[in-house]
Amino acid sequence: MSAIELKYAIPGDDFTRAGEASSSIKMRLKQMGFDPCFIRRVAIAVYEGEINMVIHANGGEIVVNISPASTDITLTDDGPGIPDVELAMKAGFSTAPENVRNLGFGAGMGLPNMKKYTDEMDIQSEVGVGTTVRMKVYANAT
Amino acid sequence: MLVGELVDLPGLTLVNSGAEPQRSIESAFCCDLLSLVMSRAPAGCAWVTVMGNVNSVAVAVLADIACVVLAEGAAFDDTALKRAEEKGVALFKTDLPVFEAALSIHSMLGNRDD
Repeated sequence: MSAIELKYAIPGDDFTRAGEASSSIKMRLKQMGFDPCFIRRVAIAVYEGEINMVIHANGGEIVVNISPASTDITLTDDGPGIPDVELAMKAGFSTAPENVRNLGFGAGMGLPNMKKYTDEMDIQSEVGVGTTVRMKVYANAT
Repeated sequence: MLVGELVDLPGLTLVNSGAEPQRSIESAFCCDLLSLVMSRAPAGCAWVTVMGNVNSVAVAVLADIACVVLAEGAAFDDTALKRAEEKGVALFKTDLPVFEAALSIHSMLGNRDD
């Protein structure tokens, strides 16, 4: 299997479409024969990132590179940025507005979940410029 | 217990049969916060919630949840129903409280043809 790259444009503030990119990536990984636990980890990490871009950044872009050994995920947006990444990583911390919480989001678990389900995660964010999140999940990890 | 057998439980009604009625239900899980569900729900669980929007269907797909049971008389909205049909997600509804619905499912685990 050769490495493949998938790109998705994520529209902002559209919760009815949120999850389409994640579902598509999950389907591709399934078709490629990856282990279900690995697929679940990638799907959850991407979905959390996708939701974050919809809620906080007016959308963005997801790029996924799939190789037999690992999947690399890059989430890029030009939203407002994260003023305090360390604080944002704390479970339970959320800046999601009330209408978003009413949909079941805003538990402050998004970034912690992304870290939990990936093997490597890096966040680069600048206020007023945007945020880039890079994640890697190894196919042979548990 | 299989997903398709949930309709036999008193008070549960099938809303969408989904793509895998023969899938085994491994556990019951209750939560309404979607990120917490993503973090804690075991793959193959019956997820009991009151969140009937399209995002619940997305979470069920991505977290590999066996089926969604909407409790407390809550209703799935039209977008959620349409998405569940597209994605093959099994949906049920009940007027039972969340705890009682989950307890009912839990009591049947391991007792049926799985």
